[in-house]
Amino acid sequence: MASVLRFRKLCYVESAVKCTSVGYESFEIDEKLDEKEEDVLSANNFALEINKKRKLPKRQPKEWRCLDSCCWIIGYLCTTWWLLLFCYHCLPVTLLRVPELPGPGVRLKREGLTALHPVVLVPGIVTGGLELWEGRPCADGLFRKRLWGGGSFTQIFKRPLCLLEHLSLHYETGLDPQGIRVRAVPGLVGADYFAPGYFVWAVLIENLAKIGYEGKNLHMAAYDWRLSFQNTEIRDHALTRLKSKIELMYISNGYKKVVAVPHSMGVIYFLHFLKWVETPPPMGGGGGPGWCAKHIKAVMNIGPAFLGVPKAVSNLFSAEGKDVSYIRAMAPGVFDSEILGLQTFERVMRMARTWDSIVSLLPKGGEVIWGNMDRSPEEGHVCDFSKKSHSKTSLTTNNVNNSDVKRGFLVKDLANYGRIISFGKPASVLHSSKLPTADSKEFSRTSTSENFNNFSCGEAWTEYDEMSRQSIQNVAADKAYTTTTLLDLLRFVAPKLMRRAEAHFSHGIAENLDDPKYNHYKYWSNPLETKLSDAPDMEIYCMYGVGIPTERSYVYKLSPNSRCKSIPYQIDNSVHGEDGSCLKGGVYFADGDESVPVLSAGFMCAKGWRGRTRFNPSGIATYIREYRHKPPTSLMEGRGIESGSHVDIMGNFALIEDIMRVAAGATGDEIGGDQIHSEIIKMSERINLGL
Amino acid sequence: MSSLRRRKPINESSDSKHNEEEEDEDHDDVDADGDDDVNGKNKKTPSKIKKKRGEKPPKQPKWSCMDTCCWFIGCICIIWWLLLFLYNAMPASFPQYVTEAITGPLPDPPGVKLKKEGLEAKHPVVFVPGIVTGGLELWEGRECAEGLFRKRLWGGTFGEVYKRPLCWVEHMSLDNETGLDPCGIRVRPVSGLVAADYFAPGYFVWAVLIANLARIGYEDKTMYMAAYDWRLSFQNTEVRDQTLSRIKSNIELLVATNGGRKVVVIPHSMGVLYFLHFMKWVEAPAPMGGGGGPDWCSKHIKAVVNIGGPFLGVPKAIAGLFSAEAKDIAVARALAPGFLDNDIFQFQTLQHVMRMSRTWDSTMSMIPRGGNTIWGGLDWSPEEGNSCAKKREKKNETQIADQAGSENAVCKAKSANYGRIISFGKDVAEAPSSDIERIDFRGAIKGHSAANTTCRDVWTEYHDMGFAGIKAVAEYKTYTADSLVDLLHFVAPKMMARGTAHFSYGVADNLDDPQYKHYKYWSNPLETRLPNAPDMEIYSLYGVGLPTERAYVYKLSPHAECSIPFKIDTSADDEDTCLRDGVYSVDGDETVPVLSAGFMCAKGWRGKTRFNPSGIRTYIREYNHLPPANLLEGRGTLSGAHVDIMGNFALIEDVIRIAAGASGEELGGDQVYSKIFNWSEKINLRLDEEIPVHSSR
Repeated sequence: MASVLRFRKLCYVESAVKCTSVGYESFEIDEKLDEKEEDVLSANNFALEINKKRKLPKRQPKEWRCLDSCCWIIGYLCTTWWLLLFCYHCLPVTLLRVPELPGPGVRLKREGLTALHPVVLVPGIVTGGLELWEGRPCADGLFRKRLWGGGSFTQIFKRPLCLLEHLSLHYETGLDPQGIRVRAVPGLVGADYFAPGYFVWAVLIENLAKIGYEGKNLHMAAYDWRLSFQNTEIRDHALTRLKSKIELMYISNGYKKVVAVPHSMGVIYFLHFLKWVETPPPMGGGGGPGWCAKHIKAVMNIGPAFLGVPKAVSNLFSAEGKDVSYIRAMAPGVFDSEILGLQTFERVMRMARTWDSIVSLLPKGGEVIWGNMDRSPEEGHVCDFSKKSHSKTSLTTNNVNNSDVKRGFLVKDLANYGRIISFGKPASVLHSSKLPTADSKEFSRTSTSENFNNFSCGEAWTEYDEMSRQSIQNVAADKAYTTTTLLDLLRFVAPKLMRRAEAHFSHGIAENLDDPKYNHYKYWSNPLETKLSDAPDMEIYCMYGVGIPTERSYVYKLSPNSRCKSIPYQIDNSVHGEDGSCLKGGVYFADGDESVPVLSAGFMCAKGWRGRTRFNPSGIATYIREYRHKPPTSLMEGRGIESGSHVDIMGNFALIEDIMRVAAGATGDEIGGDQIHSEIIKMSERINLGL
Repeated sequence: MSSLRRRKPINESSDSKHNEEEEDEDHDDVDADGDDDVNGKNKKTPSKIKKKRGEKPPKQPKWSCMDTCCWFIGCICIIWWLLLFLYNAMPASFPQYVTEAITGPLPDPPGVKLKKEGLEAKHPVVFVPGIVTGGLELWEGRECAEGLFRKRLWGGTFGEVYKRPLCWVEHMSLDNETGLDPCGIRVRPVSGLVAADYFAPGYFVWAVLIANLARIGYEDKTMYMAAYDWRLSFQNTEVRDQTLSRIKSNIELLVATNGGRKVVVIPHSMGVLYFLHFMKWVEAPAPMGGGGGPDWCSKHIKAVVNIGGPFLGVPKAIAGLFSAEAKDIAVARALAPGFLDNDIFQFQTLQHVMRMSRTWDSTMSMIPRGGNTIWGGLDWSPEEGNSCAKKREKKNETQIADQAGSENAVCKAKSANYGRIISFGKDVAEAPSSDIERIDFRGAIKGHSAANTTCRDVWTEYHDMGFAGIKAVAEYKTYTADSLVDLLHFVAPKMMARGTAHFSYGVADNLDDPQYKHYKYWSNPLETRLPNAPDMEIYSLYGVGLPTERAYVYKLSPHAECSIPFKIDTSADDEDTCLRDGVYSVDGDETVPVLSAGFMCAKGWRGKTRFNPSGIRTYIREYNHLPPANLLEGRGTLSGAHVDIMGNFALIEDVIRIAAGASGEELGGDQVYSKIFNWSEKINLRLDEEIPVHSSR
């Protein structure tokens, strides 16, 4: 201890001397040497005093030094901080709480609603928590701690690479890598909050609890959202558990059928489950053909991604979305430069491409649903960004270098939504006859011998590293891709990923649903390739937000830097349309809930399953409930009680009320049948699908 | 508080040169206050500063006291923040590294060791937590509990206990009549492994076992925590929450998804009784039971590994119900007399606690079962002749010095009358039974009590008794296990009326009697048969070598108004008979005496008996308690204490081996340190099926 003190003393003396010589030069420069010595001595004392809280004469103001000020400031800061913290913890709880708006739960309880049907919540992609069960040495001390969701993401900042490694799956099998076990967090805590204060299911749970729901009649069907749906059964028996839970709740709640509330990707997961549970054992759950009719009252899909989301395309293709490309536009170079050798995007892409589940969100139904080169169901949709409050970035930098050319043949700057990916703005607006045809057969991998990248960059990270420069440019030369050719494109740029994932998912439309091949599980999550189960009393709801511009198609460009291990394509964020056009920052927008376009969320309920169709042979009743987005009026409202955006809608009071009424026994007609704000019916009519 | 004190030194420090010592003390005060402010989180800072202050420089005058204080506070805050920062920035493996640097390499935790041996997850595992250790969360509450929705009321940090204690007590209590939820309050068990892995932050219950099982490949799909509301009576958990049905369904699911491998059930503490109840429930036909059919257990259960099981109850439960105190509280009262009894701030802590815990039916499941046959009568007890000098040596190292003389003396001169579970006065506890004059309390008239009107907010049933009733209880002098139940009926009739509808404490004469089909007998091993599952194994794992409460010396409480009229006589001490602070102790794991934990496996169920008609094999595994060698070990890897044993490496290894497929013989059969077999011999309990000619004593 003594030596430490001495060492400290020296330090203080030294800095004190420095302070003197710098700060008070003019004042003390020609003082005598012994005075300086005295000075040092007092500084010496002062240093000791810091350690020992002894007294030092304070009468001479001139001895006030910069060191003192620093110490004082630090002291003040820490003390205030501490005091505030202390006060915060001491204050009575009632004083601090933000006055909460009374949720619909209280009102409905007053109306006399009580818990009737058990409720199963099925979380979507990304929102569910994941925890570590076995890991590499770098993840020491994280056993049964959350790697994803729930708690804070502090671990991501502490050891980012370690975390990425643990969250990745095996590239070939799509299951756990050797020696790593990351599992879904079970129970309601699995997805009530994504991060502290950022609710997902919490508001709904709280309101349900008001009318009497609790652990025995409320179940969160947590599953590992990174896996393909069938693999959750193979690895974790997640589907069997869900089946057993539903059966148990059905019996222990007096034989009341279950209301399922899936969200986002959970919607197609639950669709998969419904098929799985009635299929005989080796592949399915063996519940028999009447299982759904017996156990399920209603499926209330929130923000359903039935037909996929275009966002998944950009994610798989270049690991970016609208938000990322905005940031890139604002601060160019942050992501692209090799700061600290991080290469964030490449790593993220590498991780995300091991997740099979993302492939389940690719647009389904091909050109029939999503439109071809020249037409799309959303044609004529007018975007007016100026009205939308949330898009604050101005449209000043309208890049109009190409606009003169296109004026020649375009009366109106209509978006060709069908072209999900186009390279360059011209390719996105030109008429198809003027474009080079995108023939998937042209894609051919140049032989590996030409692939010099592979040698110079060492270990291949993403499958882009295995492509030669030439083939990368070939892809761009093809100009525009529709949903059908897009799949070919992905198969070309990421063959292993697609081979792995396409064993689990299919994205087409069935010609003949009785074809025995459709008994395979890879078709179960595609509503266009399965029949709904035979449950005429069941109800299917499509509940989603509208009124928010949603990514629908992208304008891409080749990435400028061609260094190793980089992603060769990125969204061309310099491309903007004119006022009133839906093109902004390289992204075409359509109506939706910010993630899922209306088309994907509503089509099945509006047309595909409406009445008795070949996809819905037993005529299960479908209802569309749309919720127009209104941004929160004040800060106190948090994320808004009338929000329509993809996740925030879970706090939308109108939606919660609908769910509670159905859970308490109401039917779709009793809550008001369809409630439509968007043009979904019109759009559906334009889709020419045999029913 | 600290700001008030801070001003005090002003007068003194004007001539501070002279009273250096005094000022130093003032600093200590400030120091301690600062500590209080943070609820004692920061223990390091004061000691550090004290050390630094050790060497003082020559003093400079005119440094005002305010400055000192400011400096002082500033420094504390800064150091604190620094430490906090360092703590957060510290790599997770740092504490382990330090430990290894000091004590040398630690032994591998059993999970790692067994993984190297090649063990793999085989049988699914079901945990059944005990009383108190499971978390409870709020689903619906009164206004005072706003903002606590789905927050833990029990377990976790217990922050709310300090912030709004009365509200907390109100929400934790059950309805006094029904033993179910009070109107408008729903408190439910936390589900999943998080329910009981840690009781409070850093205080593990199941966490160590879970972590070690995970090493050999266990995960969520092969582990299941059968969390239940431990406040309710066992059958009520099914009535209210369908908990038993859920456990049944989950066990069936575990077996089905793991290729038909049977489950290994690991109940702890009261969970042992709960699971006993479950095994009967699941095979009983549907209206009252689970309708699993007579071979459900043999189909689904490989082994029941009971940890610290109070099969025959615990004497601690009596003290808890009778006067809301136990050894710990009695000791605290002895140390700071008057603190708990005074009406400081109108708290009346113990009364509130008693009122709350008396609404919990489950505490009544722990009342000693089997009456005098098991626990001994006025003059005999199975543990007779137990010497306790040896144990004290281990337990209280600090007292070795004072007791050096008595330690060598084996106390055979006189032995404690453990059979007298409650005696009023030490002399009564020691006198031969013929000398005690007892006046039967059962017919006594309970006087009218004025207290009923004045202390309404802390109402306990004692206020209905009146002075005459209290006096009658004390006049009976001493109670054995049999009369204890009557005593409780007398002092708390409503509670016991509720309790006896769900639990029974006797010994069955004839197990074929149809009355034993009622669920209230299912959790009493002396009134039920084990299921017909000859392949099943029953283990009893418990710690030994710790003094455990066995019998109490009581006295009448001096003030009779709104307080509990009885309390443990902490002044009663006797070196020879294991009497300390009014408590007679025997060998056990600090909560459950060996007799209760081991008797069923040692004798009651050994071989084919009437309680175990199919001859399920039983094994006893005892673990001798060794205190942790140093502070770094935390609660010890060799501990035998009731809860800490869950971190005992030897026990964990046994559990893992069983889960990985080993049978009892492969583990090494019985492992006994205590005299459980001797004591069991002394218990005269009929084990074969014949109808007895005359009842046992």
